[in-house]
Amino acid sequence: MRQVFQLFSYVQKSSRLAGLVCLTLLATLVLAACGDSTATTAPSATTAAVTTASITSAVTSAATVAGSPAATSGTIKVGILHSLSGTMAISEVSVKDATMMAIDEINARGGVLGKKIEAVVEDGASDWPTFAEKAKKLIQQDKVAVVFGCWTSASRKSVLPVFESLKSLLFYPVQYEGLEQSPNIFYTGATTNQQIIPAVDYLLSQGKKKIYLLGSDYVFPRTANTIIKAQLKAKGGTLAGEEYTPLGATEYSTVLSKIKAAAPDAIFNTLNGDSNVAFFKQYKDAGFTADKLPVLSVSVAEDEVRGIGIDNIVGQLTAWNYYQTTETPENTKFVAAYKAKYGDKRVTDDPIEAGYFGVYLWKLAVEKAGSTDVEKVKAAAKGIEFAAPEGTVKIDGDTQHTYKKVRIGKVRADGLIDEVYSTPDPVKPDPYLKTYDWAASLPKQ
Amino acid sequence: MKVLKEGLTLDELLTQAFNGLSLGSVLLLISLGLAFSFGLMNVINMAHGEFIMVGAYTTYLLQQILSPALGGDSSGLAFLISIPVAFLVAGILGFLLENTLIRFLYGRPLDTLLATWGVGLVLQQVARSIFGAPNVQVVSPGWLNGGFSPYEGVNLPYKRLFIIGLVIICVVAIYLYLYRSPAGRRMRAVMQNREIAGTLGVATRRVDGLTFAIGSGLAGVAGSALTLIGPIGPTLGTNYIVDAFLVVVLGGVGRLPGTIFAALLIGVFNTLLELQTSASIGKVLVFALVIIFLQWKPRGLVALRSR
Repeated sequence: MRQVFQLFSYVQKSSRLAGLVCLTLLATLVLAACGDSTATTAPSATTAAVTTASITSAVTSAATVAGSPAATSGTIKVGILHSLSGTMAISEVSVKDATMMAIDEINARGGVLGKKIEAVVEDGASDWPTFAEKAKKLIQQDKVAVVFGCWTSASRKSVLPVFESLKSLLFYPVQYEGLEQSPNIFYTGATTNQQIIPAVDYLLSQGKKKIYLLGSDYVFPRTANTIIKAQLKAKGGTLAGEEYTPLGATEYSTVLSKIKAAAPDAIFNTLNGDSNVAFFKQYKDAGFTADKLPVLSVSVAEDEVRGIGIDNIVGQLTAWNYYQTTETPENTKFVAAYKAKYGDKRVTDDPIEAGYFGVYLWKLAVEKAGSTDVEKVKAAAKGIEFAAPEGTVKIDGDTQHTYKKVRIGKVRADGLIDEVYSTPDPVKPDPYLKTYDWAASLPKQ
Repeated sequence: MKVLKEGLTLDELLTQAFNGLSLGSVLLLISLGLAFSFGLMNVINMAHGEFIMVGAYTTYLLQQILSPALGGDSSGLAFLISIPVAFLVAGILGFLLENTLIRFLYGRPLDTLLATWGVGLVLQQVARSIFGAPNVQVVSPGWLNGGFSPYEGVNLPYKRLFIIGLVIICVVAIYLYLYRSPAGRRMRAVMQNREIAGTLGVATRRVDGLTFAIGSGLAGVAGSALTLIGPIGPTLGTNYIVDAFLVVVLGGVGRLPGTIFAALLIGVFNTLLELQTSASIGKVLVFALVIIFLQWKPRGLVALRSR
């Protein structure tokens, strides 16, 4: 047999070749990691904290341009900055669509301050330096009054210094890991106390005391789990185990063996992207079911459910602020309009909705300020309320985040998500978890 | 080490042995095709992962088209048909790629690497344009749901058993083709000594095309089978390409038995180390061990004396 296999041999020049292969593998790994970290619903972020000075008071300095340049012509220019190509396009195109829809609706009703809104769309191309470049271009060249955009925390961190130094304004629509408060950013997605903490509280209230933490191996899940561990300790829960898999991991049999051995009451899932598909498929094959061992995911929305396969995830829990099924008159209209505009097969989800109402919040602030000047808009934005599809949202003047209801959902047989629990009132945003005693011991970044 | 503190129970041992075998079979499945293109032809095919992706999407498409006529998604008939079809589709694509691009680049590994990398990106974008960026769903055959439980506490998922069976079939088929058929004999002759084979009347160009096509086709089969346990999206190939190269390099480039040993070895080591440490650390340790091993035996597990 051996000499038979010998025929596989080929001219040996292996050392150079092997070096080349190693190099390529490394490159692939890096690229794959970058790709996956971004192709997710939850932002991947460096938590290098931006300890921005707390909110600057709304005093308009003399240096501020008198009258915004964007408002001088017949239209008001606004920027939209999302990845329309590359790995993040999967998620961001939908948000761009929703933002455009809001702008069209506003224009159809006469625009802002009597002027039509003109959107300048730029492609961040899933590349963080490109985001910063395009942000600069939108602000300096197009002289936009405001920018709606970004998805990953990495892209937000990349544009943050641009918006701060050029004194412009960004509306950011995605849930993220907290610990940030830029005076030039309005955060319309959830911070940790509007998603993760209430989700853990929900599990505890259901008698699920022993919790297994499973996440992708990068900063967002690790930050989230650090918070969860402190919370469990303070509230009488126990940690059954904690496991991180590399981004893009597709092999979960050993992890599932460990979970089986640890026998938790529930799994808190911060996996991202493709790993979710592999995990839920293999979870089902390993003989687990949603009734016996529920999985609560924070990065799986309506869009992701389809790729996972509805029968693999039906009955599992999610935590967001909005679902397509959320029952408000505004949402009925929003879903119908979105489907009419972009096709019946499209679904709406949390970041899409946050991208949509962000435009309205800005519009209300501009109208209250009577100007698109950044400082005036910021001052006017405090406490502004809007009846969004998820219910009333309000801008918190101190943090420039929004008050949002937290909703726990259950995936149903048609792939949409039903709300099973909601906080009675919108939760006040607390990006630094100052109001939680047990969070005091957390490392401040 | 905390997991092993009380010692592995028999159940756990059995489950872990099965997990290792199962991971090994997945690794072997994704690297068999590469053993042809990289191992036999010395072509660093960075688009290998995209051929896996092509196989997965072929399965998806066939299920969309054929399922209604064949007893619905869960009957699994469409899935079974899709495995050979995925082989053909990916194989034809590979044949075209070899004929239009790679044959101009033989003996230029760097150029081949860059060119196939580019082809991979193009294929990803094509998939994104046709099927959309989000993942799609392939419904697994109903009879593959659940698992075989020899006794309480041990559960061997049918999908894993199916993949192990499929790999065995692939390996046997490759063996029969290479060593029991005239075409296989020609292929071996060309890979062994191109000039002499050519002089003796073997059409070396045609053999090259066929070899590459078979390698790509095997990637297609892998893609089809991986729809059972993994995601199906434009970038799914990137999840597997690194592991595939790792297996082929460790096994010894150009040696099929080496590829088989390497896949099983990595599978078992990876699951064991992962159980003892964590998924990330386990992977790092496996990489480190492979690198150390290659320092010691640069030609891989099944080293061959070259003349």
